[in-house]
Amino acid sequence: MDIIVAGCGKIGKSIIRSMLKENHNVTVIDIDRNVVASMTDTLDVLGIVGNCTSYDVLKDAGVKSADLFIAVTGVDELNMLSCYVAKKMGAKHTVARTRDYEYNRKSFDFVKDQLELSMTINPELMTAQFIFNLLKLPSATNVEMFSRNSFEVLELNVNKNSPLIGVPLLELRKKIPVNFIVFSVLRNGELTVPNGSFVLCESDKIGIIAQITQSHTLLKLLGFEQKQVKDVVLVGASKIAYYLSSLLIKSKNSVKIIEKDRQKCEDFATRLENVPTIICGDGTSHELLRENRITDASALVALTNSDEANILMSYYANSKGVGKVITKVNNKELGSISEELGVGSQISPKTIVANVLVRFARGLENVKGSKLETLYRLLGGKAEAVEFLILDDFKFKDVPIKNLRFNKNTLIAGIIRDRSCIIPCGEDVIKAGDHVIISTAGQSLYDIYDAILK
Amino acid sequence: MNNKMIWNIVGRVVRIEAILLLLPLITSIIYTENFSVLAFLITAVIAFILGGLLVFFTKTSNHIIYAREGFVIVALAWISMSIIGSLPFIISGKIPSFIDALFETVSGFTTTGASVVKDVTQLGYGLNLWRCFTHWIGGMGILVFVVAFISKTSDRSIHVLRAEMPGPIIDKITPRSKDTAKIPYLIYSGLTILLIVMLFLGKMPIYDSIVTALATAGTGGFGIYGDSVASFSSYSQWVIAIFMLLFGVNFNVYFLIAIGKFKSAFKSAELKVYILIFVSAVIVVLLNILKTCANFEEALRLSVFQVSSVMTTTGFSTADYNLWSEMAKSTLLMLMIIGGSAGSSAGGLKVSRVMLLFKKIGAEFKRIINPKRVNTIQLEGKRIDEASVSGVTSYFAIYVVLIAIIAFLLSIDGFSFETNLSASIACFNNIGPGFGAVGPIETYASFSPFSKIILMIAMLLGRLEIYPLLIALAPSTWLKK
Repeated sequence: MDIIVAGCGKIGKSIIRSMLKENHNVTVIDIDRNVVASMTDTLDVLGIVGNCTSYDVLKDAGVKSADLFIAVTGVDELNMLSCYVAKKMGAKHTVARTRDYEYNRKSFDFVKDQLELSMTINPELMTAQFIFNLLKLPSATNVEMFSRNSFEVLELNVNKNSPLIGVPLLELRKKIPVNFIVFSVLRNGELTVPNGSFVLCESDKIGIIAQITQSHTLLKLLGFEQKQVKDVVLVGASKIAYYLSSLLIKSKNSVKIIEKDRQKCEDFATRLENVPTIICGDGTSHELLRENRITDASALVALTNSDEANILMSYYANSKGVGKVITKVNNKELGSISEELGVGSQISPKTIVANVLVRFARGLENVKGSKLETLYRLLGGKAEAVEFLILDDFKFKDVPIKNLRFNKNTLIAGIIRDRSCIIPCGEDVIKAGDHVIISTAGQSLYDIYDAILK
Repeated sequence: MNNKMIWNIVGRVVRIEAILLLLPLITSIIYTENFSVLAFLITAVIAFILGGLLVFFTKTSNHIIYAREGFVIVALAWISMSIIGSLPFIISGKIPSFIDALFETVSGFTTTGASVVKDVTQLGYGLNLWRCFTHWIGGMGILVFVVAFISKTSDRSIHVLRAEMPGPIIDKITPRSKDTAKIPYLIYSGLTILLIVMLFLGKMPIYDSIVTALATAGTGGFGIYGDSVASFSSYSQWVIAIFMLLFGVNFNVYFLIAIGKFKSAFKSAELKVYILIFVSAVIVVLLNILKTCANFEEALRLSVFQVSSVMTTTGFSTADYNLWSEMAKSTLLMLMIIGGSAGSSAGGLKVSRVMLLFKKIGAEFKRIINPKRVNTIQLEGKRIDEASVSGVTSYFAIYVVLIAIIAFLLSIDGFSFETNLSASIACFNNIGPGFGAVGPIETYASFSPFSKIILMIAMLLGRLEIYPLLIALAPSTWLKK
């Protein structure tokens, strides 16, 4: 597909990289000549210098025949206007980043419809929702949900005393009454798709698919401590913190926010209806952390603008026994350091946004037999779990799964039929209208025939 | 420096050459020329094994290259291609001296067309096809071919394209480097096939049509007869003259025409200036030679052909312009330096670079008169940034200095000043024939081996636009500090 990305900031760059990995043709627009030069020198993209709302610039970029136009400059209004112009010039789909609070209310739908935007993205809101999901299952480092709240993908670290160690997966599944599938294992940076005789060992990272209703019990049975998160400390009164605290407060958690800047604290307090506890002070100050008994909280989320401060705080909280620690890290290099230190879950808004757009772009591809509904990438983007809606022209309708031949690194992890969830065995069949969840390692799925060969 | 990646790509290029050698091999088999069949077979096997070994021993997961690696890859690829390409001449015994064989091959790949062979007809069909095929390969660039059709997508292959494609500013025309490299190649092949058909329709034998078309497309100029193309019919001469001119146009113009953007295609300022220079040069030459010709058609044909051949740096000839008036010769000398358009298969300084040079001179005058005046340089309605403009001026400075040094080194052989300077200019700009002892009916055979080496370097410097070769030869590129 031909994709145009306007704005090469942090988010823009991350989107461009992901789209190139997906083999799309990418054209980038930015007002800064040097930024464009650095993009065309290091990535296989066409660079256009100029204002992305200008007709001539958009024409140069080839908007007329573009399949997807993504506007992610720093200014919401600029994004919306350029999407509008691009749409009118012939771009098939447009996506604008809108992060102002005003543009994320229900009433904004009117504007969205009028501008014919296919999607708006708000990195802060997406990140907040992502963190919120993580807090619900604190022992997992990553949690994603499939449609109709059916299945969940979990990313877990295998700890020292876990009952998972030393038992072949097949026996493990017999021993534990809840159905689940281990679909990928990351060991020393190498990804494998395990079979029944695979034996896990310490510090493996694994991807699991299980039914949502059972995942709590499953984690308990697998020896992961499940302490319900009740009180959460957020450091840094950012936009993410705002969206996150409204989500948390709605689900009756107690929230405490630490922010250095007095003005920001007050702004924060006036914007929320149920005001959480706001403490004005430096989150990296030992005195302050002790005074407010941060270590007694069941979760800490570090959201300041400084990656270093976030990592340091998380490390401290982790060592003091805070149940769940989530760190926002923007810089990839720092991210890999803290990953090795093992300070709990790490999140990066730009990756979350890029993943959402990759999913959106794949959904736009014209495919037969199935339609891609959801897509999650985990274990550092190396493994994928994809949900397909099976259409009427699917070639292998009602064929028992044991008679199908699958691509080497793929597994059928689950089938959602009407409202019931099936973890499939050999006798099960796929029917039209089913939602099928397929997991894969080391490759990308565009349609269901990438997974099922015959 | 990413040495492994550099040699890996060089290995790939050598391996491709092995495959390209199959074309002259088949030709030799068809014409049952036993001496060259063996020569091509041995060379192809050597190239395939050598290339395979290079690729095998340089497997690396680090694909990152920067501008420096791009330059070095291009320089090394061209040198290794020339060495391998010279082997058929040596093994077949037709050009026994290594220096002579290498000169012929470098002259071929750089599309110069300067020859050391006194009687080309004795080379046979296979070797003559190989000579002209090297023109075709070198015309668009072998690494452009690698990027377009062979290499897996590399984010940074733009550096290789920039190093090999001629012209002051190389920009992509599509998001993918692969497509940006593929488009000119497809246009190039299409035009070549069209030329073959046109020549064949003019009752030229099929072998002659193919070989002449290959040499014309690359703007090379190797002929397969002693008198270049003078013995061809006047129809064929007209066709060749027009196609030479077409191959000297920026291929982006054809791309724009192909996708239906006629307006922007004919808006190209470089195209206008290119045609303007061509027409005025034809008029000057025509007025000068009118008296010596039998009729007006002949005078027009000779002047159009010679101007087109020299301006696009092809180097075919239908007349011995050594005998023309000084004014006609001076006109041709100027055309040699200007050359064709950027992004074509022609050599020389390139029209767009000359345009920028003049614009810069104009801006400089304005600055001297009014130092506070803000001057920006525009080309085709777009502002050219300071770095590109100063790149052009410093390119011109190095260009002049190098031509002077080469002419000086040639003077050791004791030829006339006219010969030395025109040989230097003709090789550096990839034309081929010059004036005096290297005129259109002469060869370069009488130069000493030392001079031939100097001229080979000149040809490579000119084709690769100076920087790749200088950077590859600079010690600081290879020393670790």
